[in-house]
Amino acid sequence: MKYRIAFVAMLALVMQPASAQNKQATAKTGAKPPAAAPAEQKDAATLEFEKFRTQMEQEGNPAELFEVKGEEFWKAKRGPKNVSLAESCDLGLGIGVVKGAYVQMPRYFADAGKVMDAERRIVWCMVEKQGFKFNDLAKEPFAKGNYTPEQTSLVTYVAGQSKDMKIAVPLKDPHVKDVYEIGKETVAYRAGPYDFSCNTCHGADGKRIRMQNLPNITTAKGSLTAVLGWPGYRMTGGVMLTPQWRMGDCFRQQRFPQPKYASDTITALLTYMTANANGQMYKGLGIKR
Amino acid sequence: MLSALIATGVLKPTAAYAAEWNKAAFDAHDTASALKGIGAGTPADSKDLILKVPDIAENGAVVPVDVISNIPNTTSISILVDKNPSPLSASFDFANGALPEVSARLKMGQTSMVKAVAKADGKFYTAQKEVKVTVGGCGG
Amino acid sequence: MADPMKIRAQLKGDVAEIRVLMGHAMETGQRKDAAGKTIPPHFIQSLTVEVAGKKVVDGQVGTSVSRNPVFGFKVKGAKAGDKVVVSWVDNKGDKRTDEAAVA
Repeated sequence: MKYRIAFVAMLALVMQPASAQNKQATAKTGAKPPAAAPAEQKDAATLEFEKFRTQMEQEGNPAELFEVKGEEFWKAKRGPKNVSLAESCDLGLGIGVVKGAYVQMPRYFADAGKVMDAERRIVWCMVEKQGFKFNDLAKEPFAKGNYTPEQTSLVTYVAGQSKDMKIAVPLKDPHVKDVYEIGKETVAYRAGPYDFSCNTCHGADGKRIRMQNLPNITTAKGSLTAVLGWPGYRMTGGVMLTPQWRMGDCFRQQRFPQPKYASDTITALLTYMTANANGQMYKGLGIKR
Repeated sequence: MLSALIATGVLKPTAAYAAEWNKAAFDAHDTASALKGIGAGTPADSKDLILKVPDIAENGAVVPVDVISNIPNTTSISILVDKNPSPLSASFDFANGALPEVSARLKMGQTSMVKAVAKADGKFYTAQKEVKVTVGGCGG
Repeated sequence: MADPMKIRAQLKGDVAEIRVLMGHAMETGQRKDAAGKTIPPHFIQSLTVEVAGKKVVDGQVGTSVSRNPVFGFKVKGAKAGDKVVVSWVDNKGDKRTDEAAVA
């Protein structure tokens, strides 16, 4: 029961009141819930897209360029405290341990008193250990044009170090389980001018938007599809993007206000989705549309 | 100017010195002019020039293109995208054991023919395929 | 300082399969930034590939090549340990050279 209170309070904090209260379907043009395609059927175009994405991921993924940058940032003394993350940041497996850390997040961090996903934890380390100001990091937190934020490269590096490892969000930890349940409520929460919830698009098999099949994140298989390929190099715009970015972009597509950077709600969503994919193989960095 | 610099030893011609960029060909806005720019004129169709492209590109910003020339004595391969603002995308010369094969990723602004042109024994050959583009790849 | 390339050179029989990932914006000169200003063209114009000291590929490239481009080449007669050197020069005169060994 306590998580329900926390959930509502959290949403109130995350979303600006005005738009969130508007449940009337105002006459904005165009947006409809996605058409239901036959379950599990992928058409020729989709199969071809998947084939070429796999080929490109294997032959040369521009994400690797950001992986290299991320490794440099991880090892370099940075910020006002002139400290490296390698010597100060614990991603859950010990200070400086990167290998295998990504697939065990989101997890509870006692020193922060919170469950955190990879990006949020890295940002926490950058602020607490290196002395960066959160507001500076939150100003332009995602890649745009020719700009890639430091934390994006760091998340890319960290994720790459969990390539070919099993996803293992520690659900047995009661803190994580609580946040998972909040995530489960959040994906069903309808809001915004279209009354969309995450589940509207991602709550059943066989849905699609234009040329993209939408994974059903309430299932193990669909969640894996949702988790795989992030962080990913996005062909549109040629930028490196993270799961935090993806959640925010979903909010945009639902005509929700943008979430606060590295907020509890985003962690809850990521915890829900990633834990649903537990036990399956994380294949590393991807290429996205 | 370049040759003067080389002659005076300021610029050393190393094995890695690349040929001067063919501005006329790359700036050409139509395929015919671009072909003229690379000296290809009207290349003959050849079934021995293999062009591998997707039927539909998920994103025109990154279209994987593979060209393999089975034409004997191929020394160069060029790739063009008919409907791009500058159709000539790339041109490669091969030597010293390099096989006449290349893969590249191109930007395509819209559904268009992609053409491969191979030069062998001084003659030019071509093969082409249409690639459907869902999201145009030249914008931001 | 241009981004380092990622070069992979795998020997299959006596053919080295070389793949190069280059970090470059490859701006066409047609895009506009958030303020509406046209971003000037900035793209790789030429590249070379050398294997064991010999130039094997001499390439010219234009604005139709993708951002952060990836190229693939095959070179016959290569041996394990041969040095592969890839260089590029862009329209602003920026350049980059990286190397890897045939594995």
